[in-house]
Amino acid sequence: MEESKKLIITVLGHDRVGIIAGISNILARANVNILDISQTILQGFFTMVMVVDFSGSTVELAELKTLLGEKGRELELEISVHHEDIFKFMHRI
Amino acid sequence: MPFSVSKDEILETVHMFQMQNLDIRTITMGINIQDCRENDGKGTGKKIYEKIVRYARDLVKTGEEIEKEYGIPIINKRISLTPLSMVIDGLSCAEVIKTGKYLDKAAIEVGVNFLGGFSALVHKGFTRGDLALIEAIPETLAGTERVCSSVNLATSKAGINMDAIFMMGRIIKQTAELTGDRDGLGCAKLVVFCNAVEDNPFMAGAFHGPGEAESILNIGISGPGVVLNAVKNYPDSDLGELANIIKNTAFKITRTGELVGRVASRRLGVPFGIVDLSLAPTPAIGDSVADILESMGLERAGTHGSTAALAMLNDAVKKGGAMASSYVGGLSGAFIPVSEDAGMIKAVEDGALSIDKLEAMTCVCSVGLDMIAIPGNTAADTIAAIIADEAAIGMINRKTTAVRIIPAPGKKEGEWVEFGGLLGRAPVMKVNQYSAADFIKRKGRIPAPIHALNN
Repeated sequence: MEESKKLIITVLGHDRVGIIAGISNILARANVNILDISQTILQGFFTMVMVVDFSGSTVELAELKTLLGEKGRELELEISVHHEDIFKFMHRI
Repeated sequence: MPFSVSKDEILETVHMFQMQNLDIRTITMGINIQDCRENDGKGTGKKIYEKIVRYARDLVKTGEEIEKEYGIPIINKRISLTPLSMVIDGLSCAEVIKTGKYLDKAAIEVGVNFLGGFSALVHKGFTRGDLALIEAIPETLAGTERVCSSVNLATSKAGINMDAIFMMGRIIKQTAELTGDRDGLGCAKLVVFCNAVEDNPFMAGAFHGPGEAESILNIGISGPGVVLNAVKNYPDSDLGELANIIKNTAFKITRTGELVGRVASRRLGVPFGIVDLSLAPTPAIGDSVADILESMGLERAGTHGSTAALAMLNDAVKKGGAMASSYVGGLSGAFIPVSEDAGMIKAVEDGALSIDKLEAMTCVCSVGLDMIAIPGNTAADTIAAIIADEAAIGMINRKTTAVRIIPAPGKKEGEWVEFGGLLGRAPVMKVNQYSAADFIKRKGRIPAPIHALNN
């Protein structure tokens, strides 16, 4: 089993201006490539799922998580980062 | 779309981690120590210490890395050893106590919170090593922080060693008394088994069985909160449909265990053993097996219907989990500890759950009477009789049963014991006031049941 370098970033919270800009800015500075974004408003809540490629990242994963966590607190959003394999393992055989 | 999982599925998984306490309960590294024998307790201890540090140096670090990279909480990293009685055979009790201290040192050195294997397998009889080890249990558990002890007293093939049960009643009392300043905490690190398994990753009963390889990684999953949420979402489903929902949920939970096991195994260069499918509760709100039973429609866990609800839950978890993992093993079933499960504690407080009902429930789940506080003045013979009952259930039903019971020194029924952390807190429960002393004092061996003769 090869370990891939894709991460899933999920964002939950109240919709406001600058969510995608704020997050993609952090990712761009870390040289993390966004492969896919989908967002919806679900029962009044903003939900966004991002698939990103972490292989060219200039920062460690832990630091990226810290940066996103800080941005999350600033924008009052719940941001989580998981490895894509978790989702594949859990939902696909 | 570069990714084949739907958004709903992604959000479902994220919710499991964020809101429903999904985690990997433990990564447990089993290590063979049969090659660690020296002439005395100290020398043997040193050799075991060196081997543990050599093998498990990166265990905690690797666990933490996986936790960070994958975003899966991994709560405990632990070590299980070959039952120590097999290694120290021929040494005196005082020497074995010295060896035990090195186990504690090794656990602290590599950063694991518990280390199992201060154990003996005596289901048919004692070696001198077994006797020395058992006698060393109270002082070892009082004098160490992280060492866990277990004794296998019975199997479906060999019957029940009543001599050992008689002895363990006294050992449990002594262990409680030596740790009386901590509500008898030593007993929380001591479990007696019928049909103990060799690849159990959960404490206090983990040991690296003699049939195991040199070293192996076993994974214990968790997830009562996830199952609870799934059951709550279907208040009108009949029990057949509900079983199916639990199966699907158990599958998903187990897959995270399978993933972590494979990744950890590769990174540590240690073969992946098994995933243990047990639903292991924690004192956290919502992470409770009792809550699942109540969400199925029982007013309180422990009332009539609890055994049936638990049987269905336990079976559905196994069926879902078995599909999700390449190798399933360990105890694999719902745990029903009292002190570690907020819903169980409440059920006892409200008078809904008694030891007798817990005993009935252990017939249909793993593992047994777990983390139960009883009055400090309970007689050793009574504790032995409680163990004998559990061992009989295990022996006849060909399943693992266990007893981890704490006769809390100085405490009476209705008072509380406090252990803190994952071990939690528990109300002292009532035991039957009538004596079984004359029965227990007969000792000897209860023969294996007729269905053991299946060759």
